[in-house]
Amino acid sequence: MTTARTLGRPPLVLLVPAALAAALLVLPLVSLVLDTPWATFLDRLGSREVGEALRLTAVASGATVVACVLLGTPLAWLLARVDFRGRAVLRAAVTVPLVLPPVVAGVALVTALGRTGVLGPLLREGGVSLPYTTPAVVIAHTFVSMPFYVLSVEGAMRSAGERYDVVAATLGASRWTTFRRVTLPLAMPGVLAGAVLAWARSLGEFGATITFAGNYPGTTQTMPSLIYTTLQADPEVARTLSMILLLASVAILAALRNRWLTTP
Amino acid sequence: MSSRRSPVLASVAGMALVLPLAACGGDDGEQRTITVLAAASLTETFTTLAADFEAAHEGVRVRLAFDSSATLAEQAVGGAPADVLATADTTTMDSAADALAADPRVFATNTMVLVVPADNPADIRSFDDLGPGVDYVVCVDTAPCGKVAAALLSSADPGAEPASLEVDVKAVLAKVTSGEADAGLVYASDAVAAGDAVTTVEVPGADAQVTTYPIAPLDQSQDAELARQFVDLVLDEEGQQVLRDAGFGAP
Repeated sequence: MTTARTLGRPPLVLLVPAALAAALLVLPLVSLVLDTPWATFLDRLGSREVGEALRLTAVASGATVVACVLLGTPLAWLLARVDFRGRAVLRAAVTVPLVLPPVVAGVALVTALGRTGVLGPLLREGGVSLPYTTPAVVIAHTFVSMPFYVLSVEGAMRSAGERYDVVAATLGASRWTTFRRVTLPLAMPGVLAGAVLAWARSLGEFGATITFAGNYPGTTQTMPSLIYTTLQADPEVARTLSMILLLASVAILAALRNRWLTTP
Repeated sequence: MSSRRSPVLASVAGMALVLPLAACGGDDGEQRTITVLAAASLTETFTTLAADFEAAHEGVRVRLAFDSSATLAEQAVGGAPADVLATADTTTMDSAADALAADPRVFATNTMVLVVPADNPADIRSFDDLGPGVDYVVCVDTAPCGKVAAALLSSADPGAEPASLEVDVKAVLAKVTSGEADAGLVYASDAVAAGDAVTTVEVPGADAQVTTYPIAPLDQSQDAELARQFVDLVLDEEGQQVLRDAGFGAP
């Protein structure tokens, strides 16, 4: 603790806002924990509605992660390794959903893929109607989650550097082999962190889902949608459901503890 | 009408009404403001009535917040800075009983109708045409419009579940007017408000499920006199005419 002695006491001008920030982040969650009707927690957890919403949330977030990995990894590679015109523009475009209000994401998805959207009539001719289906939920989730994944993987690929790729190439490896055997293994921490981030984002997705996919138990009603509609009828049930999601979020943090929580 | 009312925007709007009030505190009384919490289905009529009220009372502003009745009732009980509450059924009004300054009075009635987009893609001519393959939407049953819809659907079973349960009646209407749904159950007044964008189909048994709209001034009102006058405007001949023109039934 020699550094503490050399640097002196932390000044109030920093301590007070820091305490306020911590209180703002922690108090609502503590209140939620205290206010949760624990006596009926397990009963509610076992109800059919909650079961369906939990199952759908799990399925949708799982499918979202798979979609992000399958589609997002090549995109991240393209952004990190291939020099092409418009790369900066593409990277900016990929980042937009990150800052877009989810409701706007929903409106944009309806405009593109809705029944009367730009691609909607085309899809219908092919016998596909997306709104009100679970695939629509996955599409909405992937739309909002993909940027987290792509940015994480691209960052990992960039910081790993191109040197090893070049060495692999001089040893005769094709670009595909280099990607599989060199680039991807080196970027694996970014892939895992990105996948967890995407999963967490999908778990809490509400605005885009209810706007684009709708809200029906079993097909499109995820946990956040159920919480929102339940809040209108019975705030106590809504608190129970919120608690379930909070527990899931904490579980994710626990999974990530090696990355963030153990930073001294 | 391609505008889409989002639940999240609506609740943010509900919160937003709290903030400007604090800013008005410093006024020297020249500008008086009352806030009216009204069910989503009252959007058009109460906007008109608020303008009438402002025209008749100089220096008075009427702030309107539209949302599902349940949400508004909860806000009223929670002490939201508002003066008048108007809901789309008596149950939600009763749930706000603790926050009411006077007994609620019924000012309008409404019945459910089925609306289809103007081009009627699923070719629905009667309620019986609802069925498998038709994407129809209704309110979620925590909202008053959803309770009525659930009662109607259980008595006249169309043989297929709704495609989606929307958070309030305007969300249902938006799905239909934008062509994202083949049909939707909305109030007769919403069908009138949508004009040519929709075609109305009668629902069997709807007469037995009439919705009543109560209105009451709130306890937390900072201007009880203005709040009472607004309630009177809604109940008197002028207000009733506006409501009738919009497709509402008499109380």
